[in-house]
Amino acid sequence: MSVRTSPIVGNLDWSVTPFTDALQHPGTSTIIGAGAAGVLVLGAIAGLALLTYMRWWGPLYRNWLISPDAKRIGIMYIVLALIMMARGIIEGFVMRAHQATAKGTLAAQESGLVAPDHFAELFSTHGTIMIFFVAMPLLIGLINFVLPQQLGARDMAFPVLNQVSLGLTAAGAALVMISLLVGQFGTGGWTMYPPYTGKIYSPGEGVDYWLWAILISGMGSTLTGMNFAVTIFKQRAPGMHFMRMPLFCWTSLCVAIMLIYAMPALTVSSAMLALDRYADFHFFTNEAGGNMMNYANIFWMFGHPEVYILILPAFGVFSEISSTFSGKRLYGYTSLVIASMSIAVISFTVWLHHFFTMGQSAGVNIAFGIATMVIGIPTGVKIYDWMATMWRGRVRITTPIVYLTGFFLLFVIGGLSGIILANPSIDYQVHNSTFLVAHFHNVIIPGVLFGMLAGIHYWFPKAFGFRLSESWGRRTALLFVGGFVFTFMPLYVLGLMGMPRRSPTFQNPDFMPWMYIAAFGGVLMLCALTSLFWTFWTSYRNRAALAVPGGDPWNGSTLEWSTPAPVPEWTFPHIPQVTARHDWGERKRAGDPWQAPAEYEDIEMPADTAHGLLIAIAAFLLGFAMVWHIWWLAIVSVIAIPGLLAVRGMRVIEPRIVPAAEVAAADRAFRERVASLARATRADEETERNRGVPDIAEFAG
Amino acid sequence: MLAWFATDAVMASGGLTQSFLQPMGPVADEQFNHLLRVVGITMIVILPVLIGVPLILWRYRYARPRGDYAPEWEYSKALEFALWGVPVVVVIVLASWLWYSTDKLDPYEPLGPEPLQVQAIGLDWKWVFIYPEEGIATVDELAVPVGRPVELTLTTDTVMQSMLIAPLTGQIYAMPGMTTKLNFAATRTGEAEGENTQFNGSGFGRQKFTVRALSPADYAAWVSDGAGDITLDESTYATLRRRTVLAEARDDLGLGERAEPIVMTLAQRDMFAQIVAKYHGGGSSAQRWGGTGLPESGSEGAGE
Repeated sequence: MSVRTSPIVGNLDWSVTPFTDALQHPGTSTIIGAGAAGVLVLGAIAGLALLTYMRWWGPLYRNWLISPDAKRIGIMYIVLALIMMARGIIEGFVMRAHQATAKGTLAAQESGLVAPDHFAELFSTHGTIMIFFVAMPLLIGLINFVLPQQLGARDMAFPVLNQVSLGLTAAGAALVMISLLVGQFGTGGWTMYPPYTGKIYSPGEGVDYWLWAILISGMGSTLTGMNFAVTIFKQRAPGMHFMRMPLFCWTSLCVAIMLIYAMPALTVSSAMLALDRYADFHFFTNEAGGNMMNYANIFWMFGHPEVYILILPAFGVFSEISSTFSGKRLYGYTSLVIASMSIAVISFTVWLHHFFTMGQSAGVNIAFGIATMVIGIPTGVKIYDWMATMWRGRVRITTPIVYLTGFFLLFVIGGLSGIILANPSIDYQVHNSTFLVAHFHNVIIPGVLFGMLAGIHYWFPKAFGFRLSESWGRRTALLFVGGFVFTFMPLYVLGLMGMPRRSPTFQNPDFMPWMYIAAFGGVLMLCALTSLFWTFWTSYRNRAALAVPGGDPWNGSTLEWSTPAPVPEWTFPHIPQVTARHDWGERKRAGDPWQAPAEYEDIEMPADTAHGLLIAIAAFLLGFAMVWHIWWLAIVSVIAIPGLLAVRGMRVIEPRIVPAAEVAAADRAFRERVASLARATRADEETERNRGVPDIAEFAG
Repeated sequence: MLAWFATDAVMASGGLTQSFLQPMGPVADEQFNHLLRVVGITMIVILPVLIGVPLILWRYRYARPRGDYAPEWEYSKALEFALWGVPVVVVIVLASWLWYSTDKLDPYEPLGPEPLQVQAIGLDWKWVFIYPEEGIATVDELAVPVGRPVELTLTTDTVMQSMLIAPLTGQIYAMPGMTTKLNFAATRTGEAEGENTQFNGSGFGRQKFTVRALSPADYAAWVSDGAGDITLDESTYATLRRRTVLAEARDDLGLGERAEPIVMTLAQRDMFAQIVAKYHGGGSSAQRWGGTGLPESGSEGAGE
């Protein structure tokens, strides 16, 4: 990093890349750093070359980047999340490999695969990526794709705002990605507690990368929350009363409310830390009246609701698949609604359990400890409700059910360790240990990740018109289950043995067997990741055999299964009139559900626009310029954002009209295809006979 | 189950005790017991899932189902009461125990009259322990007499840290300009390892210290011959305050680069209060004891 800030390029110079580090100080740590940057560069070059060679630039731009269609935006969110997840899992594996080689002594310099600072960067980027750029885009993407279809709507309430939200999230992710190549990321963990992350102890660009990635993507998430909430309140199809909404819509509503109330706390704490770092404020500094406890307090006001933001959509997915694949109605709908809403509310009252050990009175700890246990009640009820849904059903062991089973058996162990941690007296011992690391991975992997992957598998045919391979899907699910067990169960033991989290080295020889088991788990996780991508690839190659043009491959009972697969951009040729809770299932029981609407009319769709893309570019440049103190670029970008809004505001933008004739032609073709396809029973679900038209004599869950 | 698993592993160890599963005092003992209690009670709600899910999948699988099929069944009043009722009762029981144990193990409550007063200052990446009444100070060694309660007052002279002495008590954060407390006692002799659990930079993994629970006679001997040639005055402290691990700090002080604790004579008995005061008010007090800025890094530049 240069000493003087240049007016043109800020603090940038040629010494910031990991390649120069690797040349100057060759070693495993710098070579891994340079290798990662190399993968990023080569991956980007390969991506650009592929797009050029296949002449995909035009289609990519026209069909995806400027599309305000919530379904396409949802798919783009999920693609972003999967790319980031690949990096996150590889980083996790490098950390496990490092710790398996990191036993040292107190006297000797730390050894192992990577240097202590590099290890610290790894756990910081891993956490930041997995929470903000994997889990969040996965669930926001899935909700974007599914929610309007389940509500009987054509799109989100604010399609262009939706595009902007995606753009801001992608800009944040891009900042984290470019930190691989240009400069370094922070070392303060995904929480970035000051004063360690203040200007004095963490000079340089690392913490700033985190701050701007969080500030920019956090703004996107807040806007998303508003969009979801308004969509659910205003865009439901006629007859879709609240108590007729599918459970996934209810959990989406919980998520929307929580995003709106929780994300601003993160924006505030990050903005305050940014003011400390950029403008010499003293919110969280050691001296001059700063108080770092306020950071922990504000951060976790966001942070705890956040974990329920992550888990509730997965709970929504589990509610849908447990019913569908059991061929049975969802048990305890009202209970599940009450439980979801209770979780959403109570989650705002427990944040202090993240710092029981900060020195407050026992009384305060007792209050928050009990609140934490109370939130276990609705969570437990939900699990029992899904078991009751499967009880006396006819359960097909498809990929989503393998994920659900893994969730059941592993999540309760995470619940147990959560109850343990809720006790302040025990938390004093295992806080900041790998026991805690094992706990939150135990709820986030079997909960969020399994839920999202199950959801992707379940709704994939609706997006692309063909099913994913069941055998590869199940293999992937089992690898993730095994990878989780081998990686994180040892961390529980290590935590109880006194191993602190985030530790680049340790001295206790008894840790070694557990470290090796965990490293083996890391290998399984890499296999699971590979298997996941292979599932997509092999299914794509077999897409003709896996095609389900009838649109209802699982004999579902919610509205989204009434449309073709892939679903047309207008979703419904005619907005449906909802008459029951499981409307599509009831229509199938009433016989002949595939009746064409009486008449077709012109459909108004939001016009394509590059607005979101331009705002994303401006936001990325703003973040990058602020990180490297390139002030002129920061000023230009910060003016560009309201400028773009103003330009759009001054233009008259006509919606795109899809003529009734076009809708009618497409819809009639679909009805004819459904009539011509053989009706598949559930026994044929995984075979080529399943063309997406179920045998309606069987019960639709 | 996991707890027992870990206990076995720890028991087999020859190294320093680093876990509360091998308690050396009443606080850690009660924490261990409470852990077992919570695991036991929570099993009431967890075992039905661990047993029930495989059974349901086996019995009601599509390929070869047994038992009846009730596709439209979606509500049972009795079941609702059970599903909500059992977790509520379990949480009431757990919450009562939580209240009791949290209150009992409040780290601010002394375990008896006249506890031994020890002060701890967290530095990057070591701990300074001050015995104001005995007039001695150590780096990375905490000796306590068995049977006498100890009151440890903590602060740091760098970023936030968290001190954990697992076999004796839990952890608490230590922050500059502020003090926190840990009260505990040792009931048997032995050596344990204490550590910082809050990441604070590249030396974090080596910020460990030795805890020795000594018999009263041994403790008295340790106090009387403990204080070495070195005096912990402002200049020694400024050297210690550098961002170094213990071995490097010893090297800086000319003691040879080994990871052994340093025992020193205390120059000023109110040193701990002065270090806390550095972060209040500014002026000349902030410049003393190495100041409040970023400590020098590395063990190079050993000159003052």
